[in-house]
Amino acid sequence: MEADLIVTCLNKEFGSFRAVEEVSFSVAKGEFFSILGPSGCGKTTLLRMIAGFEEPSSGDLLIGGRSMRGITPDKRPVNLVFQHLALFPMMNVAENIAFGLKRRRVAAAEIRRRTDEVLERVELPGFGDKRIHQLSGGQKQRVAIARCLVLDPSVLLLDEPLGALDLKLRQQMKVELKKLQAKVGTTFIYITHDQSEALVMSDRVAVMNRGRFEQIGSPQQLYNDPTTPFVAGFVGDSNLWTGVVVEKDGEAVKVLTDEGFVFHCRQRGGSGRSRVTLFLRPEAMIIEPIDRAGLNIFQVTVKSILFDGANSRLLTATAAGHELLVALPQNRAFDHIAPATEITLGWHPKTGIAFELLDQP
Amino acid sequence: MKRSGMFWIFITPVLLWLVLLIFLPHLDLLLLSFRGDASWTLDNYRNFFTEPIYWLTFVRTALYSIITTLLTLILALPVALYVTKIAKPGLRGFLMVLLMLPFWVSELVRIYGWMILLRESGVLNYFLQSLGLTNQPVEMLYNDATMIMGLVYTSMLFMVIPLVSVMDSLDNSLIEAACDLGASKICIWRTIIIPHCKPGIVSGSIVVFMLVLGNYLTPNLMGGKNSLWFTEQIYNQFIASFNWNQGAAFGFLLLVLSSAIIWLGLKLTGQRLGELSS
Amino acid sequence: MPLTLTLLGDFVMKKVVLFAVFLMLCSSAAMADTLQLLTWKGYAPKELVDKFEKETGIKVEATFSNNEEMIAKLRATRGAGFDLVQPSQDRISSVQKEFKIYQPIDYKKIDVGQIVPSMLEAVKKNTLVEGKSYAVPFCWGTSGLVVNGAQVKGATSWKALIDPQYKGRISYRLKRPALIGLGFALGFDPFALYADEKGYAAMLAKIEEELIKAKPLVKNYWANGDQLLESVRAGEVTVAEAWDNGAWKLHDGNKDIDFVAPVEGALGWIDTFAIPAKAKNLDAAYKWINFIMKPENSAVFTNAEKTATAAKGAGKFIDPAFQANFDRSYPQTVIDKIKWYPPVPAKLEALEGKVLDKIKAAN
Ligand SMILES: Nc1ncnc2c1ncn2[C@@H]1O[C@H](COP(=O)(O)OP(=O)(O)OP(=O)(O)O)[C@@H](O)[C@H]1O
Ligand SMILES: [Mg+2]
Repeated sequence: MEADLIVTCLNKEFGSFRAVEEVSFSVAKGEFFSILGPSGCGKTTLLRMIAGFEEPSSGDLLIGGRSMRGITPDKRPVNLVFQHLALFPMMNVAENIAFGLKRRRVAAAEIRRRTDEVLERVELPGFGDKRIHQLSGGQKQRVAIARCLVLDPSVLLLDEPLGALDLKLRQQMKVELKKLQAKVGTTFIYITHDQSEALVMSDRVAVMNRGRFEQIGSPQQLYNDPTTPFVAGFVGDSNLWTGVVVEKDGEAVKVLTDEGFVFHCRQRGGSGRSRVTLFLRPEAMIIEPIDRAGLNIFQVTVKSILFDGANSRLLTATAAGHELLVALPQNRAFDHIAPATEITLGWHPKTGIAFELLDQP
Repeated sequence: MKRSGMFWIFITPVLLWLVLLIFLPHLDLLLLSFRGDASWTLDNYRNFFTEPIYWLTFVRTALYSIITTLLTLILALPVALYVTKIAKPGLRGFLMVLLMLPFWVSELVRIYGWMILLRESGVLNYFLQSLGLTNQPVEMLYNDATMIMGLVYTSMLFMVIPLVSVMDSLDNSLIEAACDLGASKICIWRTIIIPHCKPGIVSGSIVVFMLVLGNYLTPNLMGGKNSLWFTEQIYNQFIASFNWNQGAAFGFLLLVLSSAIIWLGLKLTGQRLGELSS
Repeated sequence: MPLTLTLLGDFVMKKVVLFAVFLMLCSSAAMADTLQLLTWKGYAPKELVDKFEKETGIKVEATFSNNEEMIAKLRATRGAGFDLVQPSQDRISSVQKEFKIYQPIDYKKIDVGQIVPSMLEAVKKNTLVEGKSYAVPFCWGTSGLVVNGAQVKGATSWKALIDPQYKGRISYRLKRPALIGLGFALGFDPFALYADEKGYAAMLAKIEEELIKAKPLVKNYWANGDQLLESVRAGEVTVAEAWDNGAWKLHDGNKDIDFVAPVEGALGWIDTFAIPAKAKNLDAAYKWINFIMKPENSAVFTNAEKTATAAKGAGKFIDPAFQANFDRSYPQTVIDKIKWYPPVPAKLEALEGKVLDKIKAAN
């Protein structure tokens, strides 16, 4: 597949501080690529280097096969939707959208046609004469995207464009943005610190931490096969145990947890009898399993029921007081469970992943 | 709402100030301007329009004030941008102090400073000659260009301060967005920065225009032989010719005509005075 | 409104009123033994002010100004705000006739024995309005030319101010002395024309034409005495209309520069003491006059400002350097030729104002 954007070994230093470190990736044409990471990890800095507002300290950056080093933002075939949108308040919607076209000296009639067309595409037909302050949050959002799309960029960069919206609207825009991208077919590079945005919309996601890419993969890969403890902890919820590997056979290991359980699970890398952290998703645990063959089985006491519709959980504790979250399917099979009941849990060795503990305290 | 006693306590000094110090003296002057030798007359106003020297002086003064205002604006825009967007916070404070420094001394002292620098036997000529750039001292004082430079220098602060305060509120990402959409530097100035700064530009320009129009010392001392300024003519009427009636009429003409020029300027650039508060 | 705010308001008001009363008391108390003097720069030397205070207990608060501004200030307040002013003798009678800003001098309170009788008589005569005189002479001097002899030869007439030889090195104050001096040089007698408004206007028209024609020769129109002295000292100006004392100050530093009384006659002025109509502290005003006209005191002024006074018998207190300047510049023949300004009619000053504006505005 043809790559639209190739980034190799990109670094950015602010003084002695490294905001972006050895980042390499490529994005295919038409792909929806997300960069997910906690606040301050360097996402915006990376995006600004792609857009041309920051000069990389080292590394290279190719768009459509052409190196972008030394090319100013106005000359790059990419457009950026800013974290706070940066719509021009002194212009109306149509003027905002026409801004880039005018700079390219497109004829007035053509500008009008393309403006109307792009407004149609973002489902704001007839909004051209509105002032920016008359728009709702979601509408502003779409105008900002339309302003870039009208220029037919080969790559569209979006810096947390949903960050300013309330939760409900964010859920809705998430779906719309995905549909829009599918419709226009432009390559999107989308920054977010909200994992659900990244997982729902993206073809591929890169997880970023302290300036580095920890893992790049499809949403499923990240969720089911995290390659680093950071990814395992950051993407989705997990229960954690610490313990020691007592037996190892390729990926399959036997772990003795500090509170005395012996669990079978997988290990990523690592060697021999090392200390590990074991990650286990809440929904990987089966309540009162019927067929217990091959499962890790243990007892817990229910402390409370955290009801949240389809996302309901049980807060439980082991005998040693270690708290665990357990998914509670709303299929009426577990209506009898009340706080203080003792229940049996089982989980499949494939679903638990152990990572070697590094020399961290 | 019922106006409380407190309201009057605070508003009375303001009203008194307005009435006693602004309104009454002007009323007195207004009456004076309609007095002739013995009776009421419009002669003092007619004189202005029939005697070319008077209205020509006014036209000259107004034109130079407009030129000075424009020059000040053109110089102040990049300065304000540098102070607000480019300079580091520490440097910014320093730059503002630097801008204000000339105002710690009186205008007279400032002008004498310029004169010491620019005169034929002045500091600048000394350097020019010792560097061998000229062998004949050059008189840099007493011409219109020098006078305008002096006026621009005196006015700079009054333009930069309002510009700095409006530019502070300009989101950097607007500039970057424009650049991202393909705008050149000039285009960014024209479409983003200047429209955003309009309120500051308008208020700064009005202040500078009025200050320059009402200046007396700079044109008189730096301008040299031909620099008759309208304020000097008012002064001459009052002080040298003892013709207070004529002087008062000139004063009112200055007020009315300069207001008219400002009104015209606002109209031509499509501004409303009310926008200034925003 | 909350009670506390009301109380605060009342409290503030009380303080303000108290403070205002206090200020008024202070200032009126201060006024009782203060002399408010409106005069020229240098006319109240610190040495004499201190001595006066020591002798009489009266403080002198001096405000420095010039003829035109003195008149304007007094006119604005109708003769209040000052106890003693020092206009030139020719600017008193017409102003008094029109605006009534002075009160007659009570010559009985003046120690006339200290004053040169001929000058006293002349001033009395020139300031006579409706049978009363309004001024006492203080000092005198002339307007003439200051010339840098090293660069300029033969500048002996007012005509030097319009002489192409001195192109770019000429300076004068665009005020009446230049007009009058040039009037004499062009063969008019401006003082005789004071009585003939039409003739005076015709003369002014001629002067205007000449000065505009010669405008390219002018370096600048000086506005301030120190500014002129600096230009002449630096050699930027070599011929200028100036006061004698200024020229002498320059002569002390550079013997090439000296005062030249024009052949048409230097223009003689006499600055006086006059008392504003609403003066508060008359007693102090007369005391100051009698004090400063004492020979030893007037000499302090003369030595500092290089200006002769109307005080009698100051000779033995006077600095020989000043005496030398005076004797060099004023041989008897020159003194005899001095044209003393007669009282100027108000109408003419308006005419002059317009002419001066036109000259300044001309290109
Ligand atoms: N111009 C700069 N000078 C110095 N440090 C900077 C600069 N810009 C960013 N940084 C630092 O680089 C790091 C990454 O910043 P960046 O803005 O890229 O974070 P981010 O991942 O976009 O965070 P957020 O999700 O909060 O927007 C931060 O620690 C920030 O303090
Ligand atoms: Mg960011």
